[in-house]
Amino acid sequence: MKTNQVLVRYGELSTKGKNRSSFIGRLRDNVRQTFSDLESIRIKAERDRMFIYSDEEKDMEKVLERLPLVFGIQSFSPVTQSELTFDAMKQAAIAVVSKVDRQNKSFKVSVKRPNKAFPYEKPEITQAIGSHVLRSFPELTVQMKHPDVELKVEIREEAAYMMAEVIPGAGGLPVGAGGKALLMLSGGIDSPVAGYHMLKRGVRLELIHFFSPPFTNDRAKEKVLDLADKLSQFGSSVNLHIIPFTKLQQEVHKQVPDNITMTSTRRMMMRVADLVLAETKCQAIITGESLGQVASQTLESLHAINAVTNTPVLRPLIAMDKLDIIETAQQIGTYEISIRPFEDCCTIFTPSSPKTKPKLEKVEYYEKFVSFDDLIQEAVQERETIKFPRVQEAKFEGLL
Amino acid sequence: MIYLDNSATTKPRKEVLETFITVNEQYYANPASIHRMGNEAEDLLEGARAQIKQLLKMEHAVFTSGGTESNNLALFGVAKAYQHRGKHIITAVTEHPSVLKSLEALEQQGFDITRLPVDRSGAIDLNELNNALRQDTILVSLMHVNNEIGTVHPIAEIKKLLKGSWALFHVDAVQSIGKVKLLADSMPDLLSISGHKIHGLKGSGVLAYNQVELEAILHGGGQEFGLRSGTVAVPQAAALAKALRLAEPKPDYAEWNKDLRTFFKGFNGVKIISPETAAPHILAIALKGLKGEILVTGLQQESVIVSTSSACSSKSKEISHVIEAIGVPREFKEGVIRISFGAFTTAQDIAELKKAFERVYRLV
Repeated sequence: MKTNQVLVRYGELSTKGKNRSSFIGRLRDNVRQTFSDLESIRIKAERDRMFIYSDEEKDMEKVLERLPLVFGIQSFSPVTQSELTFDAMKQAAIAVVSKVDRQNKSFKVSVKRPNKAFPYEKPEITQAIGSHVLRSFPELTVQMKHPDVELKVEIREEAAYMMAEVIPGAGGLPVGAGGKALLMLSGGIDSPVAGYHMLKRGVRLELIHFFSPPFTNDRAKEKVLDLADKLSQFGSSVNLHIIPFTKLQQEVHKQVPDNITMTSTRRMMMRVADLVLAETKCQAIITGESLGQVASQTLESLHAINAVTNTPVLRPLIAMDKLDIIETAQQIGTYEISIRPFEDCCTIFTPSSPKTKPKLEKVEYYEKFVSFDDLIQEAVQERETIKFPRVQEAKFEGLL
Repeated sequence: MIYLDNSATTKPRKEVLETFITVNEQYYANPASIHRMGNEAEDLLEGARAQIKQLLKMEHAVFTSGGTESNNLALFGVAKAYQHRGKHIITAVTEHPSVLKSLEALEQQGFDITRLPVDRSGAIDLNELNNALRQDTILVSLMHVNNEIGTVHPIAEIKKLLKGSWALFHVDAVQSIGKVKLLADSMPDLLSISGHKIHGLKGSGVLAYNQVELEAILHGGGQEFGLRSGTVAVPQAAALAKALRLAEPKPDYAEWNKDLRTFFKGFNGVKIISPETAAPHILAIALKGLKGEILVTGLQQESVIVSTSSACSSKSKEISHVIEAIGVPREFKEGVIRISFGAFTTAQDIAELKKAFERVYRLV
């Protein structure tokens, strides 16, 4: 008796009609990538379900550990395999049912018998296993229609397969099924959460981060690297583009009055993002903006910032409360990273009283005295691109 | 000099010393500093930690100053963190003083300590351990290999035995790591190791642990997850990671051990103290009616370095608690010497030891 396969049920795919097979293919690729370090894993994707196999117990444990993070999966069930004898099947049935919550639950056994050579008929098998399980777990009651716990037994040529546990998946759509967008990742709490919500809707991410050395230090950068690494754990790799932003920021400070530098800085970021978006073939920009949080996140500010681009700017958190955002950040494991106390490029030159209602015409007026185009081009060209999940660098190998 | 006192300490490997020097020269910044040099030192420190965790197959590792501190942190750390659950701790009478004295101190603070007796081979009775377990037992602390006579405690079996209980399992692996293979799938909850016993540096050690709450015994700046405040000794940590990576049990030990046992059986007044099942790198023998010190000095004249039963207790005149506990006959008690091998021991060294012993034995 061993558990060497997992049955995976797809998420919202039933409504996808002709696109179904591309969704399934995407999910299969994402699952494959999630387990790319485990050599023993085999994947079979069928029309209605996917099977993940491994004969290595350790690898199987990792599958069960990571699968709940992969988007596009409704639920999954570990499948236990047993020899084709009543004794072995009964033993396996007990092992399977023992893992399920049984308090005040109704129960039934359903048997499939594609192996017609098996010497017992369906009712006999159902009876034998069902009564054995009920004797072992007296807290269960029998119910044929809509039972809480259904032990599914399938008698095939080589073995009997059974399962009862149904573990919820992450839901959503397989990452990549919804195209690709560029997330502006700051290092704060909000932007990783915004990225997470878009990943869940199947959108693959490219990440862009603005870095202002020497004012922001390596630890601030590392924070962003760690966030990117976290975001790459949801079933799809990501590229992080680190933009050297110091010159542009300094130029803005030279050119525009203090109280609108913030608006102008963000417009520059948007223009840089637009170029990176074109190069990386993304279809939208994603930000972690949430209405009313800070001066740059008023409708007037958003309007002035947005005016530099025609690209759709998606703001999944726009109407969310800060506390709900924090809760999600904690759930997905980015909160601890985001709260590390290092300055980022948005906080180093913060004016004491930024305009909460900047006028677009005024901002455009002050910016028009210099052409920022060259600096923007330069920033895009000199970006550093890092792929995640990161391969461990062997920096200190000789030393350790 | 032929050095056969590797259970007291070992000669640092060249590679380890190179690491120590390079780290001191290039990565001397404080790993808690936020500037680039600090970051580099921190990366190095975390690299060393990751390597040690991986080699030991444990989830957490705190750098300490050595085996004694690791044992202290394990015992006081667990005792303080779990005292609401119970105050009973089990150990054996033959443990290292850093365990026994710590437990005496805890006893003064109201903890209840059970010290299991041992048989003539230095082994505890697993049934007795099982009977000693109680609802309020929070910790079982045992060494893997005894430092004086080499008795090996069956870690995997003890772990299995503790499975049904609440008790955490701490193993002092100072004498076994790098010398006797530890079974990766039977790792205890806490594990103490020391750098200078595996051809690393004195003043370096690790307490590795899995899902365990610990309370700090050193307070201050909150380094090492708050468990051990004080600027972390990055060069020691890196050197320890390297020493551990290079440490490997040598198959020769068993052969030499067997050879020496046959050799010593040829002398009427010599008794082999280490049990047959002991770890192969430690061999304790005793001379009838003769002080061990005399033999140690005699062998030293012949350029062979061995020690009396343990380096820690050899300067006190008392008979070691381990020798007392295993019931060595009175006429042999004072004559115990310990021969212990290390990575640099050679077959030639063993041959020299035999020759030297014959010469000294004739004189006494």
